[in-house]
Parts: sequence; structure tokens; C-alpha cells
Amino acid sequence: MIAFAIRRLFQALGVMIVVALISFMMFRFVGDPVNQLVGVDTSPAQREALRQALGLNDPVLLQFARFVAKAAQFDFGISYQFKQPVASLIASRLPATLELSFMSALFALAVGVPMGVYTGLYRNTLLARAFLAISLIGVSLPTFLIGILLIFIVSVNLGWLPSFGRGDVVSIGGVWTTGLLTKSGLQSLVLPSITLGLFQMTLIMRLVRGEMMEVLRTDYIKFARARGLSRRAINFGHALKNTLVPVITITGLQLGSIIAFAVITETVFQWPGMGLLFLQAVQNVDIPIMAAYLLLIAFLFVVINFIVDLLYVAVDPRIRLDGAAR
Amino acid sequence: MTTPTLSVRNLRVEIPTRRGVLTAIDDLSFDIAPGEVLGMVGESGAGKSITGSAIIGLLEPPGRVAGGEIRLAGERIDNLSPDQMRRVRGRRIGMIFQDPLTSLNPLYRIGDQLVETILTHERLSTKAARAKGIKLLEEVGIPAAEARFSAYPHQFSGGMRQRVVIALALCADPELVIADEPTTALDVSVQAQIIALLKRLCADRGASVMLITHDMGVIAETADRVCVLYAGRLAEIGPVRAVVKHPQHPYTKGLMAAIPTLVGDPDATLAQIPGSMPRLGAIPAGCAFNPRCDYAFETCRTKRPGIYGAGTSDASCFLHSPADAPSAPAEVLRAADRSGIVLASEAKETIT
Amino acid sequence: MTYATDQESKTAAGAQDDMRPGLARRIADSDIWYSFTRSPLTMISAAVTIVFMLSALFAPLIAPHNPFDPATISIMDSFYPPAWEADGDPRFLLGTDDQGRDVLSAILYGMRISLAVGFASVIFALVVGVTLGLLAGYLGGWVDSVIMRIADVQLTFPAILIALLINGVARAMAGPQSYDKVVFAVLVLSIGLSFWVQYARTVRGSVLVEANKEYVLAARLIGLRPLTIMFKHVLPNVLGPVLVIATINLALAIITEATLSFLGVGVPPTEPSLGTLIRIGNDFLFSGEWWITIFPGIALAVLALAVNLLGDWLRDALNPKLR
Repeated sequence: MIAFAIRRLFQALGVMIVVALISFMMFRFVGDPVNQLVGVDTSPAQREALRQALGLNDPVLLQFARFVAKAAQFDFGISYQFKQPVASLIASRLPATLELSFMSALFALAVGVPMGVYTGLYRNTLLARAFLAISLIGVSLPTFLIGILLIFIVSVNLGWLPSFGRGDVVSIGGVWTTGLLTKSGLQSLVLPSITLGLFQMTLIMRLVRGEMMEVLRTDYIKFARARGLSRRAINFGHALKNTLVPVITITGLQLGSIIAFAVITETVFQWPGMGLLFLQAVQNVDIPIMAAYLLLIAFLFVVINFIVDLLYVAVDPRIRLDGAAR
Repeated sequence: MTTPTLSVRNLRVEIPTRRGVLTAIDDLSFDIAPGEVLGMVGESGAGKSITGSAIIGLLEPPGRVAGGEIRLAGERIDNLSPDQMRRVRGRRIGMIFQDPLTSLNPLYRIGDQLVETILTHERLSTKAARAKGIKLLEEVGIPAAEARFSAYPHQFSGGMRQRVVIALALCADPELVIADEPTTALDVSVQAQIIALLKRLCADRGASVMLITHDMGVIAETADRVCVLYAGRLAEIGPVRAVVKHPQHPYTKGLMAAIPTLVGDPDATLAQIPGSMPRLGAIPAGCAFNPRCDYAFETCRTKRPGIYGAGTSDASCFLHSPADAPSAPAEVLRAADRSGIVLASEAKETIT
Repeated sequence: MTYATDQESKTAAGAQDDMRPGLARRIADSDIWYSFTRSPLTMISAAVTIVFMLSALFAPLIAPHNPFDPATISIMDSFYPPAWEADGDPRFLLGTDDQGRDVLSAILYGMRISLAVGFASVIFALVVGVTLGLLAGYLGGWVDSVIMRIADVQLTFPAILIALLINGVARAMAGPQSYDKVVFAVLVLSIGLSFWVQYARTVRGSVLVEANKEYVLAARLIGLRPLTIMFKHVLPNVLGPVLVIATINLALAIITEATLSFLGVGVPPTEPSLGTLIRIGNDFLFSGEWWITIFPGIALAVLALAVNLLGDWLRDALNPKLR
């Protein structure tokens, strides 16, 4: 088990280094950092001085090492657009994105798992077919379209929920801002969470359904039936447990995906999160933000993957006990 | 005469497909007496497993029982509601499958699976169920049963796992145990042990056994009677010794001749039955075996044979039919007689 | 044992195999056609997809107006609602946008771009992915390791992020002025590069299986060069699953392009795709001119749905386990 954890740790480190490399190369070699930072009328001499001061003439490896060291201390340089430290920009937007992602994941799980179990068990009822139709739509429609349609129907026509911004937010300890404690904050969360979570929900539903159907075909379920176990014991005792094990781990991985997809949802709903920041960076070629965002997302993904791997080992006795036996 | 534990009459199992309805089991009838071991043999696809699944009510849809009767200790079970059938399963009929690894839920300890099954059929406290479970494990020969009670399936070897499976199938003391290829997935060295264990446990409990296998050796060692299936139809049924030593159906004859022996000429070519068993959708008219049969004659190609007495066994072959055998050509009858087939007396008279 | 009965067994069981009906008959009899005609939904999806593709192909011929020829549009025609509404104009069936462009024609032309970029991306991803997969699987060794490491790293990220990133980098490298000229190439590149991994992995897996088979061994014994063996012999055998991936990917490519355009980093408004149209119209959603965004939205939704259904059906039809 420990050996497994260490191996995964090294893999994670490897991914981070590769990403850091790409991030660094973007940062340094795409466009000219100096030209982005200064005005048009800065003299060449001043630019050269700035270049020297920034250490841009040093050997590449040294620059990379410096880059990594700074990144480890959350120093990502200065944004080209806003002329502010990238780290503080991201930090101020992070809570918005994380809250949105978390609520979306919750929505996806809370709706997707029961729907999946139902359609896995009862294949041909009207409700099952309705669920499957919804899942098809969720998987086929682009996220932004879902957002627009929701806004159109719920905000414009029915006027029930707000369609942009976070509502009123409460600051916690100066580090975090939350919309969960205010009425308008909660209202503002609804439509974006559904939009962001719909795709994941359909994914989870189809996954649970597929797994459920697979499990119900196995020999051990057949043997359980041959032993006379009750339908409830078979469906919810055996089948469900075996279904959820891979599902839980895969949905954990999806959490990272949600954070990334937030870019789209934040655009549609003008949600002041990291994703919107990143998009503006892409539109305006603000390399420091792009590089920092890339590193941050990679870090989040790697951490999530790592936790999920550990979770998988903890839950499946075959892996856990085999590892110990070796 | 005591009521047979299992009585199957004219069983017909159909599988609707988009190319038409396939008849997987066609007019099959047999009995199993209390405490008896009936072997069910046949090639892959002959319908042995489907018969077992039909009896315990676990036919895979769209397969379904389309006719006939199945009686357990005299009561009909083929027309029960799903809930009633569920109560029969496990308590009155137990079933063992081929692969012990996939038969056990890998995420549950075997102790938990045992206790769950015991509690489904008996009102016991968890402690009592646990004690009974441990005793069962000891009975099937698992060493250090109490310690292994909390182990997971993958921590056992194949033979041990099959013992656990047997314990699970027997924990409610069923009257009939259906064993579907119980040793096929095991090492040869372990096969004999498992078969002996199964036979002993069932004898102790007075349970009947339906042993499904394609391995004639296992049958010869273990069964009291044997039933030979061909293309979903009964070919021959009789006491094991008789069927193995003096087969009365040409197919059974071919089967027995095809078993390699340790005695005799090592360089002789292995005997084979030419051709292969027909697919369910392409069964020939008349007797299903007639295209491959050495003794086939005109009637065999047009009429389906019934079941006729042939010495101590019953066989589905016109050679034993008092009405039809005499119409066979004399050379055929003589050849059959020479090979040991007991002809219907009316037919035998024509060649002597 | 006699063999006289072989003749009869042949005629009984083998009769069907001796006659080989023509291709049309074989297709009509096949499982795939059966499952296709059995599912009305799939047939409708196929019909819809074909109709959309044809109308996109012939857009210049069938569109009532050319919305992107500055000579034909007039700002006086702007903001007409759909023809069936009170203020509508029968000339513009689905209304006009803020510049006086006909929404219906814009949709037809936009679909062209959406489909073109979608197809191009899929083909690009296919070529890159299949080639890399072949190389990785057949050559093995460090080539395999490198390619698979890159694939693993890329797989950690969702496609949209990768597409955005490549887009941003390409933008920076091309410089703002020349960017407009290469925007399509950049789009195809960014979308295609975010999808190649699936093809590579599948092909690599198939190659690893095929490479051990006898026909490959025979080819090597004859002395054929590895490249020839890879492309002429192994490739045709691994194309099956690739085709399924490509069909499913097409819907995803179309959606990704629409998303990128909606976000403002895709196709520019001068030659808009459906995504761009939706973005343009989004600004007017609240002021009541809903048709500018909703109709392109519906068109995109229907197209994505149809292609997705088709891909779903294809995957189920070709999956032996589900038959």
C-alpha cells in the first residue's frame, strides 16, 4: 500500500514537472514578456535593462528553476492586462469557482446516481425512458446552450432566478468569499450549478446504469438468485455496492473536469470566477495568467487523481489485500 | 413407489430470436429419485445447462419454458409466481455453477455471504447463523474455518472457493442440488475431491443431485443413472453401468467409443463421430442424429423417434421401436445387433 | 466409422453458406441494418443529419439571402422578428439580427462552417492519432513510452481546456494582425489536438494484439519494411473501432467548435459558425430580440443531438456484447 502510494506520488510529480515545463515555455517564449509589460514609448535601453533585471538573459535551465521555485511560493508574476500580481488575482476569484464547482458536483451526484440506479433496474418503464431521454439531451447539448436556454426560460420569461453574477457574498476570514449564506447568493447559484452539472449528471447516470446492468449479468448475482436471496438484498445489497465502487472513483475524477468546464458556465452567467479570468487571458494574450491557470489546474487534477486512487485502493479489497500480501 | 424428488415431463424451452423461435429443449422427460445422482451429459450446446436453469427458474430472457411440467416432490413448480419460485430457490433447490471465482461477490467476505444466505432461509440470531456458517465451512473441508470466515473470495484457491460455493448452496438443506459443470474450471487433481465431497454431503442430507457435465469420466464414477442429451432432445437414459458399457443409442455408442483408453493400441487413430451436432436453428427432420448415424434408415429421416425401452435403459431410437425397427434394411439390423444394440424383438426376429 | 453421411450433413447444415448473396442482400440481412431499421429514432437522426449536411453543402444555392455580402444587407432591415409574428417580414422567415442579416441564411451558412470545422478537426485528430498509435504500438520501446506519456499527461485535462490553451498560444505566436488569416487552421489544430489521444490509444491497443498474429510475422519474414507492414497490413485491421470513435467524436468536435466560438476565441463574426451566431445574439436576449440567438441555438442542438444519436447507435450496433 505504501509502495503504491509512493509510486503514484512520483507519477504525479512527473506530470507536474511536464506541465511546469510547458507553462514555463509559454511564459518565456511566447510573445515577448518585456514588450507586454512596458508602454510603447519605453526606450530600447530601458527595455534591455528590464530584461536584465527580470533575469531573461540567464541560461534557460536557471530560468526554469527560478520559475518553479517562484511557482512553489505562489508567485506567478504580473498580469499583462491588469498589471497586478497574478496570484492575488487568482486567489480572489478562486472561491467563486470552487463553490460553483462543488455545488454542481453535488447536483450531478444527487440526481445522477438515483436516476442511474432506477434505469439500471427497471429498463422499460415510462419513467426510465424519460430519464434516458433527458440524459441524451444533457450529453448532446453544449454547456453554454443549456445555460442560455435556462436563462431564457427561467430568467427572461419566468423571472424566477437571477441570470448573472453571484449575488451578495459574505467574506470569511478575509480569505474566502461565500455566496452560500445569503438568499441572493443561493439563488444565483442555482442556474449556473444546474448548467455546469447537467453534463456530469448525465455522465454519472449513464455510468451507473451501465455498471448496474453489467453487474446484474454477473455470475455472482446469478448465484445469489439461485440461493433464494430477496430482490432487495440482491439489487441494493450486492448489485448496488459493486456498481458504486467504480462509479465513486470515476466521479471523483470528474470533479477536476467540472472545475475546468466552469470556464464556459462562468462566461454565460458572468460568474466572477477563475474560468472567466482565464478566458479573458486567452482573448487578450495575457500569458502569465494562462501559465498560472494551467499550473493550478494541473495541480488540482493531480491532487484529485491521487486522492481518488487512494480511495479506490481503500474500497476494493482485491487491490488492498493483494498489495499487502506482496 | 416413492414420489421422485424431481419429475420433468415433456419439457419444452424456447428462445425467440429475430430469425424465428429456437427450441432449445424439445420434449424432455426424466425423473430423479430421492437420494439419487443423475448425470446429465451432452456436447456443448446440447441443452444440459438450459435444463438446469429451467428447473430452478433462472432461464435467461428471452428464453422461456414453453411447455411441459416440472414437479418437485410431486408439486408443480414451473407455474409458480416469481415470488413463490424465489422461496423455492435455495431452500428446496440448490444450484452450483461452473466458475467459483465469479460465483462469489468479490467485495463481500465469505462469512458475510454465508450468514446472509442462512438468514434468508432460517430465523436465527446473527450469532447462531455465524456458528452454523463456520460449521458448514468445516463440513466442506476448509481448514481453520473460523479464521477463514472473514476472508475474501480472492484469498482462496480455486478448489477451496468451490467448497465455499457448495457450502452456500447447501446451507438450507435443499432436496435437490443442481451442479452445473462444478469441476470444469478446477485443476484435475482437485476435481475428484470436489465431486466426492458433493456426493458425500448430498448423501448425508438425503438430497438428490443433478450433475451436469460433459465429462463422461466424472459421470461414470459418481452418478447412479445418466441421461444423454443431443440437440435439446433425450437420446438415452439409464443406469450408469449399462449406458457406459452397453450403450443403446448410436450417439451414446459413438460417445463411449470416442473416449480414449489407456489399454489397447496406442497408435490407433482416435474414433470420432463424423460431422457435428446441428445448430438449434438447423436441426434435421426426423431423428436429430440421423445424418451422422451409422444405422440410419428411411424412417429415421422422416419421423421423430419416441422413447423406447432398450434393456435396462430407454433410448430415443427407432432400432428399439417394435413398430418401426422391422422396416429397417437387414444389413443395418445385423450391424446394430453385432455392435451390441439390443434390438426390439420384432426386428430381431427378421434377421435370425 | 463411415463417411457416407458427410454429403447429407453438408447439404443440411451447410447449404446456407454455399450461396453468397450480393452485397445489397448481405447488408439488408445484416444485424446492423436490422438494428437500424428497428429504431425509428436512429432513422430520424440519420435523416436529420443528412438533411443538415446537404443544406449546409448547398447553402449558397438554397439560402434566401447571403448574409455576409455587405452589398446585400441594409441596416434598415435590422431587428425584424420571425415572419409569423406581428412585426415580421415575409422576406426574413426567422427574423434579422442587429445588422439586418437574415437569421435563416445565417444559420445555413453558419452550419457550413460548423460542419466544415467539425469534420476537419475529426480528420486531423484521426490522422495524428492513428499514426502515433501505429508508431507507438508497432515500434514499441522509447517511442511508445514517450507517446504514451504525452497522452497520459494530456488526458488529465479536459479537451476544452487544451483547445483553449492551444488557441491562446497560437494567438500569441501569430500576433494580432495575422491571426485572422490563420484562425481556421488554429481552430482545427486546437480541436483536433485535443482529441487525438483516444485514437492513438485504441489503435495502439489493436496493434499490440495484431502484431503477434501470423500475418505480421509472415510479412516480416518476407522482409517488408516496418512502415509498409504498419500501414498496408496492420492498419486496415484496426480501423473498425476507429470509425466508431470518429463518429462519436464528430458531435463533440462540433460542440467544441461552437463553444470556442461562443467564448469568443473561435470563428470570427465575419464568417460566423453557429456558435458565433449564438454569441452575437446573446447580447440581445434580454432586450427581447430572442430569435437572434434561439434559432441558431435550436439548429445547433438538433444537429448535435442527431449526430450523437447516430454515434450511439453505431457504437451499440458494432458492440458484440450487447447483441
